[in-house]
Amino acid sequence: MSIEAQEKRQGVALVTPALLWTLVFFAVPFGAMALMSLAHLEGREIVQGHDLGNYLRIFTDPSLRRGIFVSLEITATVTVISVLLAWPLAWIIATRVPVRWRRMVLLLAVLPFWTSYVVRSYSWALVLGEKGVVMNALVGLGLLAEPVQIMATRAATVTGFVHFFVMLLTLTIYSNLIQLSPNYARAAQDLGASQWQVIRLVILPLTLPGVMTGAFLTFVLCIGDYITPQILGGNNELTLPQLIMLQLGRRGDYPMASALSIVLMAIVTLAYAASARWLKMERV
Amino acid sequence: MTFKHSCALIALMAGLAPAAYAEDLNALIWCDHADPELLEPFETAHDVRVNVKEYEGTAAGLTLLEQSRPGDWDVMVIDAVDVGRAVERGLLAPLPEGTAPTSDYFPEVRLDDHVTIDGTTYAAVEKFGYNTVAYNKSAVDPADMTSLAALWSGKYDGRIAIYDYYLPVLGLVGLNAGVATADLDASAVESLRDPLMQLKAASKQVSDVVGSQTALATGEVDVLIGGGEWLTAVLNAENPDLDWTIPEEGGLLWAQSLAIVEGTEKPELAAEFIKYVTSPEGQARLATSSCYWGMPANKAAGDVLTEAQKDILRWDDQADYLTRAQLYPVPDADTDAGMQDLWTDMLQN
Repeated sequence: MSIEAQEKRQGVALVTPALLWTLVFFAVPFGAMALMSLAHLEGREIVQGHDLGNYLRIFTDPSLRRGIFVSLEITATVTVISVLLAWPLAWIIATRVPVRWRRMVLLLAVLPFWTSYVVRSYSWALVLGEKGVVMNALVGLGLLAEPVQIMATRAATVTGFVHFFVMLLTLTIYSNLIQLSPNYARAAQDLGASQWQVIRLVILPLTLPGVMTGAFLTFVLCIGDYITPQILGGNNELTLPQLIMLQLGRRGDYPMASALSIVLMAIVTLAYAASARWLKMERV
Repeated sequence: MTFKHSCALIALMAGLAPAAYAEDLNALIWCDHADPELLEPFETAHDVRVNVKEYEGTAAGLTLLEQSRPGDWDVMVIDAVDVGRAVERGLLAPLPEGTAPTSDYFPEVRLDDHVTIDGTTYAAVEKFGYNTVAYNKSAVDPADMTSLAALWSGKYDGRIAIYDYYLPVLGLVGLNAGVATADLDASAVESLRDPLMQLKAASKQVSDVVGSQTALATGEVDVLIGGGEWLTAVLNAENPDLDWTIPEEGGLLWAQSLAIVEGTEKPELAAEFIKYVTSPEGQARLATSSCYWGMPANKAAGDVLTEAQKDILRWDDQADYLTRAQLYPVPDADTDAGMQDLWTDMLQN
């Protein structure tokens, strides 16, 4: 057997477990879900079929359609705010914090990951309530005459999300920043660039892969999250995952839940396609 | 690691490991049945581990059963008014004769019409209570709470939470509009759209059990429509100002029951579990479960409950309450879909 054929066989052998794993735990369930999305509920019975009625309903029923927009609006807001907060934080950690303190600072940055999603969300519910820490402080300092409602609004959902995703983005951007050679900045400064110009014209573009990777992960995790909007949003508007849970938990409408899940996956796929150009996972 | 350390570690792990039981009983339940205080006496007496899985809403429970293999589940907690739906789909087994004698039951909650089908009893009612109005009496005028109309009056705008379960709340909105729960058909449901949307506009949030309790306990809201003793009783020690009432328009009676799942391989053990839960001791433990409190269906539990517990449950007022409460709506499939569509619209707008 030639060396080439031997290498080919080794390659196939190495890839096969991952391929099988993907086939069994992704492709097959996905196929089953796609098939289920073409069925429909008749009374309380699931009737197998091959029509697109569920998809048609998603785009014509105002409440279901609005779920898509609510999800997109919240996710876009969270992603943009998180990037705006995370980039300066990552830059400060990478360039201004002494090397011996960086590990500690990064540890502090990932602390929110250590608590459960549910606990974190309920903690925010207590903090953002009308009698919570934030309102007590604002009213106590005389900045507000009386408490305003944050809890059970979209602002509370966004706050809960941003708290988590700033940390995620900080890590992806930081790992990108520390891989950059300091010579880029030095060369730009030698050519007369100001500090701001170095950041804007050199560092920022070079960290785009880290930013885009973090932003994409934020988008995917945020748009698929059920717990945060459920606890902090006060059920005053429904995101796609909440609508999916309603179909599963209340109606037993697995076909509609499947169709909504496929729509959710399609949105994530589109987001990936839109950002694929900048996504360089190996750089972060 | 020395031998002594190894022994100590093994002993510690043995202490932390769950106790080994001879067999298992799988129960599809509501959260009140997950309380170890309730399960432990049965587990010890029968050398069995009760494995519980919580579910919410009959539709979800029935779907779970239908997607399981026969024998996966042994017992199930189900809304008494939905027993017929489950029997129709062949999901429940008849209760053996004498499993849960109802001679000591509150007569109004025996609900024979719902748990006995064609002369065969399929479930035993075990606990009941009311979906009505819960409130913080230090923040609202209790006199206002004697009428549901107060919630639409504008006086409590922004201080109301809606319990996130469509059946009881639509029932209450119907009562306020003069529609009895038994008359909630598809056209009556649509007539509730405007009052429901007005209620949503006056409300701060729509929340599940924990969210509602948190909102009331932290003062985020002062009134909860759909709430009742099941929500405020567990908070009583923390905040005695949290109260509930049945307004003049009436309230909704919820009654949960326990049934044996068709296909169980342990019918005798399942029946023993139902016997235990409906016994005076089991009833008292279930009534004061850590997840939520509720009245025991079996009056004999009154001998086991303390006076303080009975006060919180309003034991002595039950005769009056039961005459003023109506059963949950029992919608057919189309009406149920209409109710859920309306509920989704309310949440989304």
